[in-house]
Amino acid sequence: MSLQNTLKQNINKTQQLQPILPECVNLSTKPHSFCPGCGHPIVLNALGSVIDKLGIKNETVFLIDIGCSLLAWNYFDVDTTQTHHGRTIPVATGFKRANPNSIVIAYLGDGGGYAIGLQHLIHATLRNEAITTIIVNNLNYGMTGGQMAPTTISDQPETTTAPLGRDRKYHGNPINGPEMLNNLGIENQFIARSAVNNPIQLQMTIQRAIMHQIDNKGFSFVEALSYCPTNWKTNAQETIQSLEKFKKYYPNFEDTHKIK
Amino acid sequence: MKEPSQKKEKQFLQGNVISAYAALNAGATNFFGYPITPSSEIFETWVELTGDPDKPHKSPITNEPIGYLQLEDEMASGFAVTGACLAGKKAFTATAGPGNILMQDAFSAAEALRIPTVALIVQRGGLSTSTVIYSQEEVTLTCFGGNGEGFRIVYSPSGLQEVYNYTIKAFNTAWKYRYPTFVLSDGYQGKMQGEVVIKEMNKNFYTKPSPILLGENRKKGISTNMRNCYDQEEEMNEIINNYQKDFERDSLEIAESETYKAKDADVLIIAHGIVATAAKDAINSLRKEGMKIGLWRPITLRPLDRHSLLKNISHKKQIIYVESALGQMARLINDEIVSGLFKRSTDTDTARNNFKKNTQIREMFRPAIGITPEEIVKFVQNNE
Ligand SMILES: Cc1ncc(C[n+]2csc(CCOP(=O)(O)OP(=O)(O)O)c2C)c(N)n1
Ligand code: SF4
Repeated sequence: MSLQNTLKQNINKTQQLQPILPECVNLSTKPHSFCPGCGHPIVLNALGSVIDKLGIKNETVFLIDIGCSLLAWNYFDVDTTQTHHGRTIPVATGFKRANPNSIVIAYLGDGGGYAIGLQHLIHATLRNEAITTIIVNNLNYGMTGGQMAPTTISDQPETTTAPLGRDRKYHGNPINGPEMLNNLGIENQFIARSAVNNPIQLQMTIQRAIMHQIDNKGFSFVEALSYCPTNWKTNAQETIQSLEKFKKYYPNFEDTHKIK
Repeated sequence: MKEPSQKKEKQFLQGNVISAYAALNAGATNFFGYPITPSSEIFETWVELTGDPDKPHKSPITNEPIGYLQLEDEMASGFAVTGACLAGKKAFTATAGPGNILMQDAFSAAEALRIPTVALIVQRGGLSTSTVIYSQEEVTLTCFGGNGEGFRIVYSPSGLQEVYNYTIKAFNTAWKYRYPTFVLSDGYQGKMQGEVVIKEMNKNFYTKPSPILLGENRKKGISTNMRNCYDQEEEMNEIINNYQKDFERDSLEIAESETYKAKDADVLIIAHGIVATAAKDAINSLRKEGMKIGLWRPITLRPLDRHSLLKNISHKKQIIYVESALGQMARLINDEIVSGLFKRSTDTDTARNNFKKNTQIREMFRPAIGITPEEIVKFVQNNE
């Protein structure tokens, strides 16, 4: 076989190996610019599948924070804007109040949601804003090079601003987001945590959250426990193992009692 | 419920109430805010105008239900305004001093994304929490707050009728040109009561808002994807240069100023906002004594009406800056004189020397305190 034919065959093979992406994903902006092995694309594809399945591309606005979530600004063929660090939830609030028929998704990192923008998250929950918030929890500040986040745990020595791990006496305690929001005790909210190592379950969780918004029931929230091999400084196997370890601190969560 | 009467005759109203009525008559539908003196009555009046939030009143202009939301802080309020503007609504907020500082985060995002937010700023004292009363010390912050270049429109109304007229105008210019737009008033004008004619908006000036996200393109199947974070220096540089070109072009239409008895004047006062009304009274007294004195007033502090400024400052014996700040307005004007009169001239040095030789510049700066006509008269007369 000529070299050309071999090449052609190989190209055909790789094309066959391409993952099937949701229809609302904008293929012209792929490959995406997340690091190899990052969890963000898993969350985004889960979300994209939900948008496809519910057929809501034309009503959805996708609002993203600064952090690695920024890299999703042109991920979808869905109306999108990025905003300042931590301020995505207020933008979502303003949009939804001005256009109650839209489906509004706020997508942030754990730094954006639980540190710099925590007051917005709590008050949006208290006001029961009819938006869906997705927080991607990778236990560090990914975009800025792996500093300690509010979610960084004690035996996680990889962060640059707590190199020996979180010393609770010195650095304070980490945050359990969904549990905290749930403790606010507002009825009829969808609050959950899922993880990227079970994409099907993650997708189902996101779908339930968005259905909650579509059914006009109020606030819905999903934390997605996610991989960050770059800042965890882990190879593929270690990344998967780390996530398993982190799940002990951040277990899947869903309190259905509150849903009427 | 209170409703602004559309009667043409004069009514006796408070400045902040007038601002809220103006917003309603401009077709604004959504208010987001956080209370702060001396601006709070704008929010409170809007709440009254909305009525029962479950059965809100409708905008007299768009016939849509109006609404409001009190948020957890000014960052949330500012960003919620950007969100509502993205959804295609004339949305606004009102704030002052430290609230203006916190909102700059949102206004710089609006600047970067060309979102036509409207903010009614009622200046209180400068220096952090300061007084809740009055100053003109939020000029620099309002014109240039944020890590940007000040691609914004800032109106400085002078007197209650102008508070009304320019608040209506602010919404329309914001949506026509897509820059964050401010009505920079002050605690005196916000709290004082006076006569004003609540007119209907001139429909010729009405700019209809349209959704920035989920708008026309979405209907055509094209998505809109926006961001204000870039990874290449060249990319950012090009965007800023293009914004600058737009801003220069639009400035020719946006910039406004007023002259008062300036034509034959040897002495020109430059003042803005409420201080300009005191300056006019002072000018009337001084003219009675035979002094040739006039006023040039920037109505837009950003962009400045360069052509009118340069025309009016030439051949003056004296220019007097009068403001309730340590030269925040004066700096804007001086910048414009340097770049307009000197740099643009074919013979820079001669232009500068001529101006300096022929024109004395005096500064009446009274930070965080009101200025009366009598004080201006005294200052003008005591020129050692
Ligand atoms: C006001 C402000 N402060 C700080 C930053 C710098 N910054 C950018 S992203 C980021 C942290 C991102 O972490 P996270 O929200 O957890 O998202 P990730 O990148 O991990 O997905 C920080 C601190 C900023 N852009 N704006
Ligand atoms: S730094 Fe971490 S979160 Fe960010 S793209 Fe890379 S792997 Fe993903």
